[in-house]
Amino acid sequence: MQEKIVEVIQLSKHFGKTIAVQDVSFDVYQGDVFGFLGPNGAGKSTTIRTMLSLISPTSGEIKLFGKSLSNHRNEILAKIGCIVEKPDFYKYLSAEKNLEIMGRISGARITKSKIHEMIEFVGLKGREKDKLGGFSHGMKQRLGIAQTLLHDPELIILDEPTTGLDPQGIIDIRNLILQLSKERNKTVVLSSHILSEIELIANRMVIINKGKSMVQGEVKTLLNSEDLIVQFETDRTADAKAFLQTKLENILIEIDEQLLSIHCTQEKIPSINKMLCDQGFQVSSIQSKRKLEDYFLKLINQ
Amino acid sequence: MFLRSTYNEFIKIASKPRSYLGFAAITLLVGVILFAMKMDGLSFISFITGSFEQTLSFEGNILNGNLIGFIILQMLVIHIPLLIALVTGDLVSGEAAMGTIRLLLTKPVSRTNILLSKFVAGCVYTLIIILWFAFMAVVVAKILFGTGDLMVLNNDGLVILQAPDVTWRFLSAFALAFLSLATIATLSIMLSCFSENSIGPIVATMAIIILFTIINTLDVKVFDSIRPYLFTTHMAAWRSFFSDPLPKREIIQSVVVLLAHIGIMLSIAIYKFNRKDILS
Repeated sequence: MQEKIVEVIQLSKHFGKTIAVQDVSFDVYQGDVFGFLGPNGAGKSTTIRTMLSLISPTSGEIKLFGKSLSNHRNEILAKIGCIVEKPDFYKYLSAEKNLEIMGRISGARITKSKIHEMIEFVGLKGREKDKLGGFSHGMKQRLGIAQTLLHDPELIILDEPTTGLDPQGIIDIRNLILQLSKERNKTVVLSSHILSEIELIANRMVIINKGKSMVQGEVKTLLNSEDLIVQFETDRTADAKAFLQTKLENILIEIDEQLLSIHCTQEKIPSINKMLCDQGFQVSSIQSKRKLEDYFLKLINQ
Repeated sequence: MFLRSTYNEFIKIASKPRSYLGFAAITLLVGVILFAMKMDGLSFISFITGSFEQTLSFEGNILNGNLIGFIILQMLVIHIPLLIALVTGDLVSGEAAMGTIRLLLTKPVSRTNILLSKFVAGCVYTLIIILWFAFMAVVVAKILFGTGDLMVLNNDGLVILQAPDVTWRFLSAFALAFLSLATIATLSIMLSCFSENSIGPIVATMAIIILFTIINTLDVKVFDSIRPYLFTTHMAAWRSFFSDPLPKREIIQSVVVLLAHIGIMLSIAIYKFNRKDILS
């Protein structure tokens, strides 16, 4: 059985009368790339900050590496590398000096050569002597990754790591996370408000909204192709629905905004399309989306 | 880890341009006073000696480095708190404003250790500022004006201190001035724990100093009971080292009050910093 690296147990955080997080629970296992998904303001950052002892919880418990965060803070933090929201550094210091400062209090012995290795790893070689004031957001994000990996942590926590990056930067960060997981066997907790990003990187995930966890599990299971909603645009939607209900058993067929919504697998789409065409219906478009995506979009738009 | 964290704080202070403002300001202000004294120091001194000239005769180098050092110390020691608060008031809130506090507090160092590192670094910075001030006010003044007996006008009248008897008094006075400024540094660090921006704690520190100074100078009975407990009352205690005989009891009392202030304010800062939710 895989070792639990993170256990968040009925975590709640209230700021006065405002409930930021309410009874959130999830587990992250060794080697997971764990997606923490939710719209802006859902409580992702509050949860992550609580996991890093930046915020004290109102109630609930957080265990990391099997130990309570409140009782073993320093021991636990020595095994974690993180970026919380923006990668902010000391602007008046060079990239190298920033890493030296962070390395000195990381709990590990960080050599100059290790710092240069990390600078090279994130593609900032040649800029290490430059002060951070002149760095772009993408460069700071890369330096943030270098800082995160400097002491070779077992758990990496990245809060919205691709925010503000250009497309190439997003791909680079995504590849880096996959590399860390597959080649270095790191456990990664990754927050995002973009489902497709989590889908591409994570193996397990939790969706959080308005401070509450809505759904969690294996990404593959949650995004199962059997959960497709296929929308057919036809000339006579109501007639098409009545026709298909006589032909397709145990399949949910609905009319949603003048579109015929059918809950089915990917493989069924050609045969349904053929049935409609053979019956004389004019099919002008077919679109498929997953239930989870739909669910997530509903969450965001609520 | 505490030493490493403290070393980090030194590097941060040494790398910030604002840390050098204090040195520049002291150099400029002391330089202006030294220039003025060199040009027209004797007429300035006649203000002090004028009332005694009919009964006493003054011989030798009255306008010497010791006297200039004393005058500078008296003139500027009330302005240096601003230069100290400019750096120490930014130690915690500056990290919050820059966002680096998130990085700092996710490292395996306790919050108490981080705050104590900042306190120690702030005190060392204060000490260096005081040493620079002492160098400019006393050493440079002695080079320019030579040495001699120190003539001090205080509440008991005119006190003349022999030149060999002055050096230890200056050292003690600067040590007590350091303790006063360390109290200011602790105050601004404490206020810095309550703020998310750099300006707030600096302005608040100066506002508190001004308020307490007004309470000190207002000769109103209602403040009599609190006046002995205000740190500003004891910030001028360095002058006691230039009295003869030395008022030991008053000096010890001032040291105790200033140390108590440092202890209380540092405890409040640690308490607040440990319970602070990092939302910036």
